[in-house]
Amino acid sequence: MNFQFSEEAEALREQARRFLEDKSGHDKARAVMESGVSHDAALWAEIVGLGWTALRIPEEHGGLGLSVLELCVLAEEIGRVVAPVPFTSSVLLATEALIAAGTDAQKAKWLPKLADGSAIGAVALAEGTATPGHRSSLKITGGKASGVKVPVQDAAAADFLILSGPDGLYLVETKTSGVTVDAVETIDLVRRSSRVTLNDAPVEALDGGQAALDKFLQSSAVLLAFEGVGGADAAMEMALAYAQDRVAFGRKIAGYQAVKHRLADMYIKNQLARSHSYYGAWALLTDAPELVQAAAGARLAAMDAFQFAGEENVQLHGGIGFTWESNCQFYYRRARLLTLTLGAKSHWSDVLVRSLEQRNALAA
Amino acid sequence: MDFEDTPEEAAYRAKVKAWLDANKDAIQQEDYSSRAESVAAAKRWQARKYEAGFVGITWPKAVGGQGGTPMQQIIFNQEEAKFNAPTGLYAIGLGMCIPTVFSHGLTPDIAQRYVPVAMKGEEVWCQLFSEPAAGSDLAGIRTRAERAKGPDGGDEWVINGQKVWTSGAHLSDFGIVVTRTDPSVPKHKGLTMFIVDMKAPGMEVRPIKQMSGGSEFNEVFFTDVRVKDTHRLGAVGDGWKVSLTTLMHERLAVGGKPASAPGVKEMIELAKSIDLAEGNALEQSHVRQRIADAYVADRGISLTSMRTISALSSGRTPGPESSISKVVVAKTMQDIGAFAADLCEGAGLLMGEDSPNIPHLSRFQTSYIGAAGLRIAGGTDEILRNIIAERVLGLPGEIRPDKDIPFSEAAKLG
Repeated sequence: MNFQFSEEAEALREQARRFLEDKSGHDKARAVMESGVSHDAALWAEIVGLGWTALRIPEEHGGLGLSVLELCVLAEEIGRVVAPVPFTSSVLLATEALIAAGTDAQKAKWLPKLADGSAIGAVALAEGTATPGHRSSLKITGGKASGVKVPVQDAAAADFLILSGPDGLYLVETKTSGVTVDAVETIDLVRRSSRVTLNDAPVEALDGGQAALDKFLQSSAVLLAFEGVGGADAAMEMALAYAQDRVAFGRKIAGYQAVKHRLADMYIKNQLARSHSYYGAWALLTDAPELVQAAAGARLAAMDAFQFAGEENVQLHGGIGFTWESNCQFYYRRARLLTLTLGAKSHWSDVLVRSLEQRNALAA
Repeated sequence: MDFEDTPEEAAYRAKVKAWLDANKDAIQQEDYSSRAESVAAAKRWQARKYEAGFVGITWPKAVGGQGGTPMQQIIFNQEEAKFNAPTGLYAIGLGMCIPTVFSHGLTPDIAQRYVPVAMKGEEVWCQLFSEPAAGSDLAGIRTRAERAKGPDGGDEWVINGQKVWTSGAHLSDFGIVVTRTDPSVPKHKGLTMFIVDMKAPGMEVRPIKQMSGGSEFNEVFFTDVRVKDTHRLGAVGDGWKVSLTTLMHERLAVGGKPASAPGVKEMIELAKSIDLAEGNALEQSHVRQRIADAYVADRGISLTSMRTISALSSGRTPGPESSISKVVVAKTMQDIGAFAADLCEGAGLLMGEDSPNIPHLSRFQTSYIGAAGLRIAGGTDEILRNIIAERVLGLPGEIRPDKDIPFSEAAKLG
């Protein structure tokens, strides 16, 4: 059994962690939060320079053609530092959608630009109270789409968007007639979102229809689970460091059981999330029939762990954790963003139980 | 990433499977209707395993083990578990006691006398650690051992005191016991461990009836029980260190979910059979969320153990992640036991002869009761969280006012 990341992937992790700790501290996230720009363009340029945007893109389109395991590693590392760059939107989501379901023409046009950083993509799934990616009410006829997608992360930075429509995935360029991108306020102040209004905007379908959309949601669930695992671990480490520093009643608060046990619970949830995410990575890598179940498990475990760590990190910091200046808010807010990006717990519980029912029926 | 055996592992698994296949009748055609019959069946199965070389797989050859790898032991356990083999009788003896005996026995004679016989299953062992006043705080034990001379002038010890929660003491031939040999030094320093004959004069075993109605563990009383000094394990005063060897093995042994405990599959089948006021239970979002919670926990633990196994398979030291196992498993058992019964409303109360015909309900009820014990056995939820916090996360230990003062003084605190 080999249920661990390869040495190459672990080497990439080490390199990524060093780079991000050095270049993408919380001060970078804060600068973006307070300036209102879409992202840190200088940091993004360095990330492009490292080849991270080209990682999964096939060599024929100017990429490195590495496996999804390397991408999972980067997702986790980006999640740890709340890096203020459109990595999730462009690399984890839009690029993956094109690789999996883009037409030859779409791939030829966009993948080289995504690889060399001359284009940024984003993904528009949410429509009001509908589960993101589901029950879209976009009107699409004759290659033109009308409707509203909101909130759409990183739309302001994006050159094109991958849309979920009523019957599959579509691509729309943002700087074209019929597309309006207006900033909206969300709980996450680092990764900005917009309202995207389509008014007879020219769209192109990706291949694969509904099946490709479903599979895209599953693979995205795994990748965002890794981002969540990274955030959950980082929030736990922040709380650990603070508890070992803060003195109350004559000793470090890390010595009190109420605090220790809360931190132990974070560790427990984070480990469960990590194990499920590894399973999701394996299912993606091998295109296993267990992908639905593995993706749902990874997503549920990781969002639960991240939200818990985000909340309890503020709590263990006490009053200082609730200040604007504290970095606790980044994880507290980001956990909500990730949770509501792809469908909340009730939705993925349903997906999971449905897949378990099918498995049980097959086994019977 | 893959879930395949390495070629060496696959070869070993094939060997194990072939043997189990050829011997499975010895499990399936046994009589388990009474305790006596079950014990006899377990002994016969153990003897068969011993003959075939599947006992002490990881133990050194010098003590009669196979000198194999942890992966081989894991593979044997995985395959044997598929046949529901009767292994419980030896879990403590071979899992914890005998490794302590061959690691800390004073002379090769001791290992030769006890290890092979235990491996064959002819003698059953128990561990005598907990006491009425020393549960989580195991080093607070009070059972005394004092030096004496035997009738032949040899060095002996006389043991007086009481142990409790001793699993299988009523079925055991021998035990390993932690005693206090020096109350004038701090509590961890005055302990010494011995091998005791459970049938020796002065030993009395009284079964404890558990909340579940069963009686798997006991009180054990020592009244002037004499033990030869040759049966000491480790140096005088080193009992705490020796006992850590045993406990390390215990946490592994108590880690997993009991094979009889129902899980996610059973939750789905039960929910499907229940119609709530708002419709079929399985179709309700709140029910599906609870099933998903159980899956995240149960499957998360089995996937976590795969990370550990993967590390062992590639010859690396596993990370500390397996430390989360029991605390998750036991609480999940309790949660889903209550939830399954809740779905059945009033019928969820009916048990035993009156249990209604609802899929798996009686198993959930039994496992709900058992879970209360599992959350305590082998390290309480609280102690296990302390261990994660202190050993894995590196947080400070608890304040221990009794730690550096003589035990005789510490015993007066509180």
